[in-house]
Amino acid sequence: MSRTPLDTVEHAAATPDVELPWAELGLKKDEYERVVEILGRRPTGAELAMYSVMWSEHCSYKSSKVHLRQFGEKAPQSDAMLVGIGENAGVVDVGQGYAVTFKVESHNHPSYVEPYQGAATGVGGIVRDIIAMGARPVAVVDPLRFGAADHPDTKRVLPGVVAGIGGYGNCLGLPNIGGEVVFDACYQGNPLVNAGAIGVMRHEDIHLAKASGAGNKVILYGARTGGDGIGGASILASETFDDAKPSKRPAVQVGDPFQEKLLIECTLEAFREKLVVGIQDLGAAGLSCATSELASNGSGGMRVTLDDVPLRDSTLSPEEILMSESQERMCAVVEPEKVDRFLEICEKWDVIATVIGEVTDGDRLEIYWHGGKIVDVDPRTVAHEGPVYERPYARPSWQDELQADDAGKLPRPATSEELKDQVLKLVGSPNQASKSWITSQYDHFVQGNTVLAQPEDSGMIRIDEETGLGVAIATDGNGRYAKLDPYHGAQLALAEAYRNVATTGAKPLAVSDCLNFGSPEDPAVMWQFAEAVRGLADACQQLGTPVTGGNVSLYNQTGEAAIHPTPVVAVLGVIDDVARRTPVAFQEEGQLLYLLGDTHEEFGGSAWSQVVHDHLGGLPPKVDLERERLLAEILISASRDGMIDSAHDLSDGGLIQAVVESALLGGKGARLIVPDGLDAFTFLFSESAGRAVVAVPRSEEVRFNDMCGARGLPATRIGVVDGDSLDVQGEFTLSLSELREAHEGTIPALLA
Amino acid sequence: MTARIGVVTFPGSLDDRDTQRAIRLAGAEPVALWHKDKDLKQVDAVVLCGGFSYGDYLRAGAIARFSPVMEPLLEQAKAGLPVLGICNGFQILTEAHLLPGTMLRNDHLHFICRDQKLRVENAETAWTTDYTAGQEIHIPLKNNDGQYVADERTLDELEAEGRVAFRYLDFNPNGSQRDIAGVTNAAGNVVGLMPHPEHAVEPLIGTGRTDGLPFFTSILKKLVNA
Repeated sequence: MSRTPLDTVEHAAATPDVELPWAELGLKKDEYERVVEILGRRPTGAELAMYSVMWSEHCSYKSSKVHLRQFGEKAPQSDAMLVGIGENAGVVDVGQGYAVTFKVESHNHPSYVEPYQGAATGVGGIVRDIIAMGARPVAVVDPLRFGAADHPDTKRVLPGVVAGIGGYGNCLGLPNIGGEVVFDACYQGNPLVNAGAIGVMRHEDIHLAKASGAGNKVILYGARTGGDGIGGASILASETFDDAKPSKRPAVQVGDPFQEKLLIECTLEAFREKLVVGIQDLGAAGLSCATSELASNGSGGMRVTLDDVPLRDSTLSPEEILMSESQERMCAVVEPEKVDRFLEICEKWDVIATVIGEVTDGDRLEIYWHGGKIVDVDPRTVAHEGPVYERPYARPSWQDELQADDAGKLPRPATSEELKDQVLKLVGSPNQASKSWITSQYDHFVQGNTVLAQPEDSGMIRIDEETGLGVAIATDGNGRYAKLDPYHGAQLALAEAYRNVATTGAKPLAVSDCLNFGSPEDPAVMWQFAEAVRGLADACQQLGTPVTGGNVSLYNQTGEAAIHPTPVVAVLGVIDDVARRTPVAFQEEGQLLYLLGDTHEEFGGSAWSQVVHDHLGGLPPKVDLERERLLAEILISASRDGMIDSAHDLSDGGLIQAVVESALLGGKGARLIVPDGLDAFTFLFSESAGRAVVAVPRSEEVRFNDMCGARGLPATRIGVVDGDSLDVQGEFTLSLSELREAHEGTIPALLA
Repeated sequence: MTARIGVVTFPGSLDDRDTQRAIRLAGAEPVALWHKDKDLKQVDAVVLCGGFSYGDYLRAGAIARFSPVMEPLLEQAKAGLPVLGICNGFQILTEAHLLPGTMLRNDHLHFICRDQKLRVENAETAWTTDYTAGQEIHIPLKNNDGQYVADERTLDELEAEGRVAFRYLDFNPNGSQRDIAGVTNAAGNVVGLMPHPEHAVEPLIGTGRTDGLPFFTSILKKLVNA
């Protein structure tokens, strides 16, 4: 077999006119010229591979960076923040010496191409981010969005995604405790598969992705490197799908959760013995990313011998090895005298580990192959000094018209009978229906610390068995709200996740986000993005919950049609004693139902407007962050002092959706009375923010009312937990069995 | 005095720490055993916990069954050492022929995780004396390959000898023959089941029930009184 001469640095310098396939690798012409300018010569093939993946939208955040800065600039003062944006994941102090790391990421495009593997490796990637911080992963959550529930392709994508998330997460032994499933035609062809993970460690165990100390060894461990996922980051994640282009199947990675489980245990054991100076997982852009980021964040340079990388396929070229996104690999920097022990631990867990290089005195990243130097770059130019775009953005011409199309003008139910029919239709609609067909495919018991899991308002995990210290996480996003008003839509996503955490009794501490948008090359999409980021940063500042990290997914668009702007927000909270948690389910008959907050006629973007009228227009509900904060304080105090036995936040679907869920979960009905000043329709379907329904034991009523009164939170008695039906007095009665059939039958009928 | 109960960790075991916690909560002393161990560290009983040993490659339990630790375990189990196999542990016990039958993929082809109602059919095994025969309990179930199958003659024998230890009630979650959720060997010292008693030992955690704790208190009492 003959090969063209190795494209070494020397060779590149001597052959300046060789044409390289920069366009095929996803680089724009000016970006390629910038690489040539940085290097003072044409790049070698290997260097081009590295720059192209690292400068892709997915890795470099080149279109979003200028906006994301606000998360840092507007970050509220928070004593809880231990590690902020820029590391593999943010780290938050939750007290008692514990630190929690969490993050949400997207794996949207791969999951459309190959639903099972795309979703599975999404879980794998986020979990490695958590391990790389030094933490033991303790839970995962999965916010998912698909096309119309009855579209034939949804039946291809959704079961594969769900099986992939379950197949990977279940095998890792991570309880899946939360997330969302949303259907909307706008996600047809662009499903959103976001994956979040939480990890727990002691403060002193925090690890960072940096290579320092000349002479320290760089160890690659985990799976062998194969041909899967080559160019995944640059090609799949950063370009719009187009029918005319050839199939992209080979660029999706294939996961092996068993290997990752071994990687978790092996890494944690190495951490316990303090063997690791710096660590980085191999995800998007594989070795290119790991080596350049480790070297760039550290004090010295790095020299790597690519021949030492264990391969699954011996015919891989050095460029392919650098770009491969083979899963279940990590890279550790270890002091020379600790290398043997590190390798021993890897052997114990049957994990392949190889020294592939070392930290050097210089400031260059040098990579060798067959004795020739094929990469010689300043790692910062690869990892951190990629292009930054000030993409033009403009409020779309159609925005005014959309907002003027007020949902308040839609015909409302004229009779009690019609109202009742619409309630049944709402709670049985795909978005509002029970998702247990999906969540029952995820293990939520493993590790034996799950206090709350979906369909609770937030997932909750105990982290200390002695003290009962726990953490809660909720993820929320509403693309319909954000389409109507991206600034407030993003704030509403935060408000909902914040409220969901507080509803279970936990104190919201910090935020991670996954920002899913269309093509940044479309000024209208860029405006949506800029507005959403500004809205989220402003709201985080006001609520005192800093953004600790996250992920941006752009190009979620097929042809001209972009998805709804979909910022998904995860809020992490802490609870001193999980015994005080508040569940959604009604607990006891006779308990009094209180509606907290104010209800206005707000139907823009509502579930009702979608389900009954297939309408999207007007303005989303108003945001009042001070009210959200007050509501959260009340919910947390009430939980701590035992004043409420169940609570449910009000969001999409309004009060009726919340009450139906609490009733069905608890197997207990309720009698509701429409409060003075509200009509039954608004009472049941309005989606005003800053509200929750709580069940108060009669013995606590006075105390609870006094607290709400003293702190100025409107609390309206709206009924009582009672019987086996839902009775809205003067309007209609629905038996729990009717409601259950409507609520629980939909998803299996569509998908099973 | 208390009893020392071993929990084997294979590569891919997931519920080893949970099982150790359940043993501790019952008042016994958990002892970590490693799949490469050639002896059982003189434990009084062993639990093979749930998970995906060796990634379920080849067949669930098929590779773990050949681990070094299985040699002394087989020998001592035949001599009366109490052994409990939960989920993947049950699969390993059938692969090792300590228990009859085998598990196929769930008939609906999905992983299933739910709070499962069971009836305790045999309350005289080493692991079930703290239940009463016929008692109905709720225990979490979570598996991909939980469909219990055996030939008709074996099933008839199991029924006749009272060796069906647990049966699914109200809903058969995986297509198991005769609703079988767990079985015991003839001597009653080796028991295997698909549901996870170690996930039902604390009132706040998981489903909020403690219906699984008697597994661990049963064995403790037996060992301490022996």
